[in-house]
Amino acid sequence: MTESPPAGADLRVRPVEAADLDQVIAIDADITGKTKPDYWFELFHRYGASRSRQRLFLVAEAGGDIQGFIIGEVRDWEFGSPPCGWVFGISVRPGARLAGVATRLLEAICTGFRHAGVNEVRTLIARDNSLVLSFFRSQGMMAAPFIPLEKDLR
Amino acid sequence: MKLQISTSLALYSVLEFAASPGHQVSAADIAAKYKVSTHHLAKVLRELVRADIIESTRGVGGGYRFRANARRLTLMDVIDLFEDIGGRTGGSRHPAGSTDVGRALGVVLAEIDDIAKATFRSITIGTMLKLIERQGRAGEKTQIPPKAARRN
Repeated sequence: MTESPPAGADLRVRPVEAADLDQVIAIDADITGKTKPDYWFELFHRYGASRSRQRLFLVAEAGGDIQGFIIGEVRDWEFGSPPCGWVFGISVRPGARLAGVATRLLEAICTGFRHAGVNEVRTLIARDNSLVLSFFRSQGMMAAPFIPLEKDLR
Repeated sequence: MKLQISTSLALYSVLEFAASPGHQVSAADIAAKYKVSTHHLAKVLRELVRADIIESTRGVGGGYRFRANARRLTLMDVIDLFEDIGGRTGGSRHPAGSTDVGRALGVVLAEIDDIAKATFRSITIGTMLKLIERQGRAGEKTQIPPKAARRN
């Protein structure tokens, strides 16, 4: 990861707007190697445009550019668990990392979750994704009382 | 989950050194705090020096100093120097390991090892220092004030 701090006081976290989507798609494509415009427009429609307290799609902007984004929602009684916030997407432009962008995004979405009336936040990360796992760990997140399971259906 | 004594000692030591970056900490102080033999600790510290995680300082007040990057060094990096977590349970060195039961048990134990390794890989020394601080604050909050304790 390269270090080139764009953040500091100039960084602003705000709800995503339609005009941000091209940059969001580009950041995601840069990281995942896949361009998924339909997926992102659908997410914008469900999480960005609705301005719901339960669904949050936030971007971090600095110097007129989108540096990163975070997406999450409040899920009620999933697997018997009381309502809690779920973060299911977070990305920071590789050149903007190690400057506190993801920390600001996570803080902002947690504030949103608190306003929505929940006291816990969860996420699910691939076991081998040490980069993102380490980030959430550094923010004080610990193992949740759940074990994800899967089965090969072929 | 149980770590070998040397591994635990290495983690205690690394966290002690990392908590005082730039300062020398003596092996005797760590041995006294964790009630371990200085001889055993010296062996562990030599390995940490070899791995460039700490450096020894000579002269009056000599000791050891943290040298690694606390935001990058993970618990797994330290553990890997002293033991192979997957090697303890995932293999089938015992003859019973080659039976159907042994292989099935091996799958479950390997799954546990994978989760343990992912956890150790995801926690940096910097994150551990923050966790230690939080634990300390939580401990202070739950302590009964002396006056209240006397009344009880």
